[in-house]
Amino acid sequence: MKQTRIIWDMPITIEIVGQTINRNDLEHIFTYFKHIDSVFNIFDESSEMSRINKGKIRKAKWSTEMKEVLALCKKTKKETYGYFEHERNGAIDPLGIVKGWAIKKGANKLLEKGYTNFYIDAGGDIQVHGHNKDRQLWSVGIRNPFNRFENVKTLFLTGCGIATSGNYIRGNHIYNPFQTGKPVPDVVSLTVIGSDVCEADRFATAAFAMGEKGIYFIEKIWGFEGYMIDQKGIATYTSGFEKYTQPKNLSNQFANINL
Amino acid sequence: MKRFILSSIVLIFFMMYSLYYRVAEQPAIPVVPPKNNPNPSPTATTQPAATNAPAPTGTPVTPTNTPTLTPRSGYKDGIFTGEAADAFYGYIQVQAIIQNEKITDVKFLQYPNDRSRSIYINEQADPMLVQEAIRAQSANVDIISGATDSSQAFIQSLQSALNKAK
Repeated sequence: MKQTRIIWDMPITIEIVGQTINRNDLEHIFTYFKHIDSVFNIFDESSEMSRINKGKIRKAKWSTEMKEVLALCKKTKKETYGYFEHERNGAIDPLGIVKGWAIKKGANKLLEKGYTNFYIDAGGDIQVHGHNKDRQLWSVGIRNPFNRFENVKTLFLTGCGIATSGNYIRGNHIYNPFQTGKPVPDVVSLTVIGSDVCEADRFATAAFAMGEKGIYFIEKIWGFEGYMIDQKGIATYTSGFEKYTQPKNLSNQFANINL
Repeated sequence: MKRFILSSIVLIFFMMYSLYYRVAEQPAIPVVPPKNNPNPSPTATTQPAATNAPAPTGTPVTPTNTPTLTPRSGYKDGIFTGEAADAFYGYIQVQAIIQNEKITDVKFLQYPNDRSRSIYINEQADPMLVQEAIRAQSANVDIISGATDSSQAFIQSLQSALNKAK
């Protein structure tokens, strides 16, 4: 069963295969995502995030979810030498982390309900579990940053997350915090594979802000692989990335599947 | 009132941009064009670079320069050890070496360890990255990963630009 909704101003798709599916379980996840939107959306004046940014809620009254996300923002900033930045113009904007964090929560809810073969895709940030309807690893294409109707790489994944940061869709939204006001021009797309989509998303966001050095950062940190595309159409990828291009690979150490 | 005007300007810009976007054949190339770029800007083809494409597996590239991360200005020269930070699988602790107000090297003092595959990151060696020209592949995939297709990102970007114009 596959369903797509527009939430967080983007298409979110959930597909579950291989067993009897209760439609309500899918709806439950979408409802959760709408709830997350109402908490964190900075373009919604009534969201908790907006009200915190206006100083209307003191820290002791912040929701558990808010505290968890902001703690993760701070942690990510430390781990990425400040290149992950969630504060801008005196306001907090956790966009670079909330999406991956929420998808992971959604995936955990499906796992708790006993589903083992599914993916959640929110605007290109994806978490995959188990196998697809053909009992194969989930195949994931990396979109061509120069042509949205093409893929430039095909990966075969399970039990992990993948996130792509880029500046080719309607303007640059990732900023180098050390050169405020200047968007990052050299790298047009950076895809990161990690143990789950929350990890992949937060490091993809930060590494993208590092420009062409971001791929070095991904190479250096354990447990992540990356694929970077520059504005000349040259891709640079990490030393462990290639295994994911093999259809039958089971090299993902976080997999726990019966194919 | 001011906020209303600002929101209206943002909305009008976005509507005009959307209109242009629908009319244009291709999505916009990255906003900042490369300067003095001898290669033509990438278009619909997926091999905008050299005609002699390297083999699909690519050529291993060992970069000659240690990358330098540019920090905020005002750092003192020296060696600085960071706190250990919880990286989910274990702790990361780094040591930054600063020379001439730039971070010239970062060493890992602590890194998460995998039981079956222990990795020692040798700070003397450059990372072994691989390069290739991108090529179109099968469109027959289960899922596609690309950058966020979000109009919010555009509004956010534009809004911050307008803030600077104030």
